[in-house]
Amino acid sequence: MVKEVSPLEIERNVGNFAYPETHTHDAGVGLTEKTIHYISDIKEDPDWVREFRLNAYKTFLSKPMPTHWASKDLEAIVFDNIRYYLSAGTQPKRNWEDVPDDVKRTFERLGIPEQERKFLAGVEAQFDSEAVYSNIKKAVGEQGVIFVGSAEGLKNHPEIFRKWFGKVIPTGDNKFSALNSAVFSGGSFIYVPPGVKVKHPLQAYFRINAENFGQFERTLIICDEGSELTYMEGCTAPKFNTATLHSAVVELVALKGAKLQYITVQNWSANVFNLVTKRGIAHEDAEVKWIDCNIGSRLTMKYPGVIMKGRRARGEVLSIALAGDGQHQDTGAKMVHAADETTSNIISKSISIGKGRATYRGLVHIPKHLKNCKNNTECDALLINSTSRTDTYPAITVRGTGNSVQHEASVSQVSAEQIFYMQQRGLTEAQAMSLSVNGFVNDLVRQFPMEYSVELKRLIELEMEGSVG
Amino acid sequence: MNRLSISNLRVSIAEQEIIRGLSLAVPKGEVHAIMGPNGSGKSTLAKVLAGHPDYKVTMGEVLMDGEDILGLAPDERARKGLFLAFQYPSEIPGVTIANFLRAAVQARLPEGEELEATDYYARLYEKMDLLEMDRSFTSRSVNEGFSGGEKKRNEILQLAMLEPKYAVLDETDSGLDIDALKVVANGVNSMRGPNRGILVITHYQRLLDYIVPDHVHVMVQGRIVRSGGKELALELEEKGYEGYDEVKDEVSEPAMV
Repeated sequence: MVKEVSPLEIERNVGNFAYPETHTHDAGVGLTEKTIHYISDIKEDPDWVREFRLNAYKTFLSKPMPTHWASKDLEAIVFDNIRYYLSAGTQPKRNWEDVPDDVKRTFERLGIPEQERKFLAGVEAQFDSEAVYSNIKKAVGEQGVIFVGSAEGLKNHPEIFRKWFGKVIPTGDNKFSALNSAVFSGGSFIYVPPGVKVKHPLQAYFRINAENFGQFERTLIICDEGSELTYMEGCTAPKFNTATLHSAVVELVALKGAKLQYITVQNWSANVFNLVTKRGIAHEDAEVKWIDCNIGSRLTMKYPGVIMKGRRARGEVLSIALAGDGQHQDTGAKMVHAADETTSNIISKSISIGKGRATYRGLVHIPKHLKNCKNNTECDALLINSTSRTDTYPAITVRGTGNSVQHEASVSQVSAEQIFYMQQRGLTEAQAMSLSVNGFVNDLVRQFPMEYSVELKRLIELEMEGSVG
Repeated sequence: MNRLSISNLRVSIAEQEIIRGLSLAVPKGEVHAIMGPNGSGKSTLAKVLAGHPDYKVTMGEVLMDGEDILGLAPDERARKGLFLAFQYPSEIPGVTIANFLRAAVQARLPEGEELEATDYYARLYEKMDLLEMDRSFTSRSVNEGFSGGEKKRNEILQLAMLEPKYAVLDETDSGLDIDALKVVANGVNSMRGPNRGILVITHYQRLLDYIVPDHVHVMVQGRIVRSGGKELALELEEKGYEGYDEVKDEVSEPAMV
């Protein structure tokens, strides 16, 4: 588990690798109506999608930056320097043999074990804006589950896609959801038919592999009545010198009695702006659960939300944020109770290293006319160095009678005595730190599927190794 | 060569000198006990040997099998075979004993060598049986919510698993009832042998009924003021440290920890 390694050497190599890129389509730099048309032409969008994009573009231009509540750092994004569409020109592939070698090498470099790669029966890995590889487990397809790229989804399944697309997160929700709506490409579309319980989690690995390239995936998942699904998304990005923008939109719909769990482990390089809008709607007796791990990036702003629309609906957000030196993780959760007897749970853990900054921002809304709604919020922050920073901004609005809210927050610091104790047992300072941090997040990580908890622990170890000494 | 050798050691914390020219040698195969009143610097000595960063060594040397260890980081000393059973072991929330010890054992293997999980657990369970620890302990977080006795048992479990060349036991008897004391002593005794030197630091003679030392040293005001056989401990038990007040007076500026 813990190996003797030269800390700095390892740290520099995290995510810092890229293979020669061969892009057959490139929309060039900057964003105009022409760019939108270019993307729509390449993707052979139906007219309604082209129109949707153009309208979103106008909304994007008219919306202000959300700097008023987070960080001035967003002003550093130069929209004119970003490439909004890039494609390797490859079609989604189903067999492992068809996957290009450099993609395989990246899998290898990310440390995904051989056996696990084979187990990736339900994996779709996305390179740049198109799905390069997708191998849907046969059984899942036989159950009637649709698991395709969003482009394929809107073309081949318009009757489902169009009904829900943009309904959970309207284009004008914020500037970045508008931007995504204008230029989206890639991402997944999943539909699970009524009563179908998908046994194995569906996975997707995402990766940015082009400098100056903003990645704008769009994911839409619909779990029909009584169905169950776990979806896993993992990201690592290579390091580049200039800022990279990642702005995804993820919409989840859990119809009556459905259970939908969405898991993300992200490890962005330190120059990435990660500005993502994620929201789910839970109908009667349905459950939407977000498990969200944010590691790396220059600035992450992400507040997965659940709108509990039907009676007894449940919403949950479990999140872990690791803010390395110079990074800002501005994360949290939004819970909107919109029916009686709805319950929500938020558990947030953040770790700040060096001059890293972790911010928790939570919104819990229970309006006056509702009865017997419950929310539980816990946020714990761990500070590694004396220069580390954490802030908590809970916004809790609870009205009406019979609704209950519980909020707990804690801030702790890794103590020198604790580190000394572990060093006395033979662990290096970095190993001791990473073990402490892993311990801090352990009770949350335990709820993750095995392979993800292993990967997350490894990412934390790599992060911590560069943080001391 | 085959000894933990401390010569003329002087140690300060925050400009206050706590160890004032201490010399002591613990050869392999022997158990030495240091006894002394509160504030004599016993626990400081234990921490300094282990490399605690708060203390400053102003003079002297500490050789482990001939090698000077004062310039080494705490983890390097540990991997070279020095173990400290803490008086107040730290809690590590969320890290299980099994995982913690596994990381510690792994840290001692040559690079590239992976610890064999089944062997590891077999050995862990064997040691836990010796210390009459329930198997459920392996999945508890290190020292979190442990009673005083459980913490001490956990220290000895780690000692048994890590098999150091030299072990320093700092007030291992404090907070133990007599049954627990016997179990812990039994664990320590099982670690005695020709390839290991053990230094037991204690305030009371009680522990030495069960871990019978080869040599006993009396430490007052940061120095060893008297050394003798195991009978010295009994004498101290009877007469207390009062007789050493004179020695205390000889040393100016008493330093309390």
